[in-house]
Amino acid sequence: MKPLLIAAGLALALLPIWALESFHLFQLTLAVIMALAVLGLNIVTGYNGQISLGHGAFFAVGAYATAIPMSLLDWSFWATLPVSAIVCGVVGWGVGFPALRLGGLYLALTTFALAVAVPQILKHKAVEAWTGGVQGLFLLKPEAPAWLALSPDQYMYLVALLVAGLCYLLTANLLRGRIGRAMMAVRDNPTAAEAMGMDLASLKTRTFAVSAIITGMAGSLSAAVVEFVAPDSFTFILSISLFVGMVVGGVGSILGSVFGGLFVLFVPNLAEAISRSAPGVIYGAILILFLFILPDGVAGLVRRFTTKKRIIPGRETS
Amino acid sequence: MALLEVRDVVMRFGGVTAVGGVSFSVEERQICGLIGPNGAGKTTLFNIISGIYRPSEGSVTFAGTNTTALPRHAMAPLGLGRTFQNLALFRSMSVRENVLAGAHSAGHAGFFANALRLPAARREEAVAARRADELLALLALRDVADIAVSDLPFGTQKRVEMARALISQPKLLLLDEPAGGLNHGEVDELARLLEEVRASFDLSILLVEHHMSLVMRVSDKVVALDFGKKIADGTPHEVRTSPEVIRAYLGDGHDAHAA
Repeated sequence: MKPLLIAAGLALALLPIWALESFHLFQLTLAVIMALAVLGLNIVTGYNGQISLGHGAFFAVGAYATAIPMSLLDWSFWATLPVSAIVCGVVGWGVGFPALRLGGLYLALTTFALAVAVPQILKHKAVEAWTGGVQGLFLLKPEAPAWLALSPDQYMYLVALLVAGLCYLLTANLLRGRIGRAMMAVRDNPTAAEAMGMDLASLKTRTFAVSAIITGMAGSLSAAVVEFVAPDSFTFILSISLFVGMVVGGVGSILGSVFGGLFVLFVPNLAEAISRSAPGVIYGAILILFLFILPDGVAGLVRRFTTKKRIIPGRETS
Repeated sequence: MALLEVRDVVMRFGGVTAVGGVSFSVEERQICGLIGPNGAGKTTLFNIISGIYRPSEGSVTFAGTNTTALPRHAMAPLGLGRTFQNLALFRSMSVRENVLAGAHSAGHAGFFANALRLPAARREEAVAARRADELLALLALRDVADIAVSDLPFGTQKRVEMARALISQPKLLLLDEPAGGLNHGEVDELARLLEEVRASFDLSILLVEHHMSLVMRVSDKVVALDFGKKIADGTPHEVRTSPEVIRAYLGDGHDAHAA
């Protein structure tokens, strides 16, 4: 049963390469990237309970870590990924330290400040030579190897799917083992977690680093897919969108992050299609509708259908 | 040398002295009961031993290591397991996940080994899973293993805490009022469980408890506190008949506490 499901999932994921025309495939590629970015946020906020309203900053760092070497030094896309992972990991780890002292809402505001600051830092004169300032940087998306016979758009979809799929797999491994349990334990009850021998400081900062790496990978992919980075593509709105995606998809759910990514990309388009003059109102209405109907996110709905009603001994009803 | 040595421990909060120079020891494979009326300093002492507070004076030595100034998370790897007075479970996690979380200090695999599921991480996980299964069976938790702990009744949650503390194979198990909130039958079950735990695990137990008959039944040794001072230390019989203890509990003019 399980191998069959995996094969079906793979087929479904690969089908759009041939089934969709260029523009829609490009959109779907961006949705895959957003799903990866939401996964990164979900690791630190959903699983570890540290609220971040600034993950757009890590997305931006990842995008520039790919765009700068590709645009200025002619690196291949693949060579930039490890660099991007290291840079995002270090930045995320660094942000994790103030996070140790600032719980809950204070951490939310601090990370929000980061999201506001990053676009301005990227425009600053001191780094303009590298970041291209307000103009940003142009780059070329990697070309498919000849034997694949795919157009650049088709190839980029495949690349995004591959990188995101690998990140999802590694994250799922991480979360179901010793470290994932520790992340959740720290979220649920820090005092008890410490009594179990969990080092809160080390766990929280490393979780922040992993989270930043995953969201940074999404940033790297987006730079290559869009073939352009500029500070104003990474405003705080991006951070808020990722947060919305996480909540709508399902906080603390891997599968939910996929739905979150789809929401982040397609709902604003949908809102635009319904009303050109007030897409924000439509977006807000759709969001509220989602939160009313699916308080536990899309993942909660899926869970409701897949788990049988369980009878708990000692209780009348579950 | 004793497994746990508490020496001249003093704890002051501002101007209040909660514990005023207490010394006692717990030997290997011993069940030691720590009793005293409300406000006697039991919980403060318990928190000092488990590493949550640093005492103002004095020292705590556990398994040959001076633990007085160690960080909180360093206690479990030394072999100190504990339960909490008002339950401190990982609410959103299942019973099995809670128990497995208790095995954290027994493992070493980090972020990298877990993400890649390296052989070392897989081996550790298999060992932990097997031990969790044994404990779930011992504590009659098998039927609820995959249910979120917050959905379970209080008595069951207490057993989950016990399983979570036992899975790391501690040398000393600290129990903070394990009988609190349990009914008569459940207390009886708890006493049997404690005896069984000591028989099948190679460990000592330090029990802070109000429920006098439970303490007297399971303890090899009882330490009594009152107003932050030790007033008796000996076998259950010696402590029960100590005039100091009787006075502390029944009072000689001031508030009486039911024993």
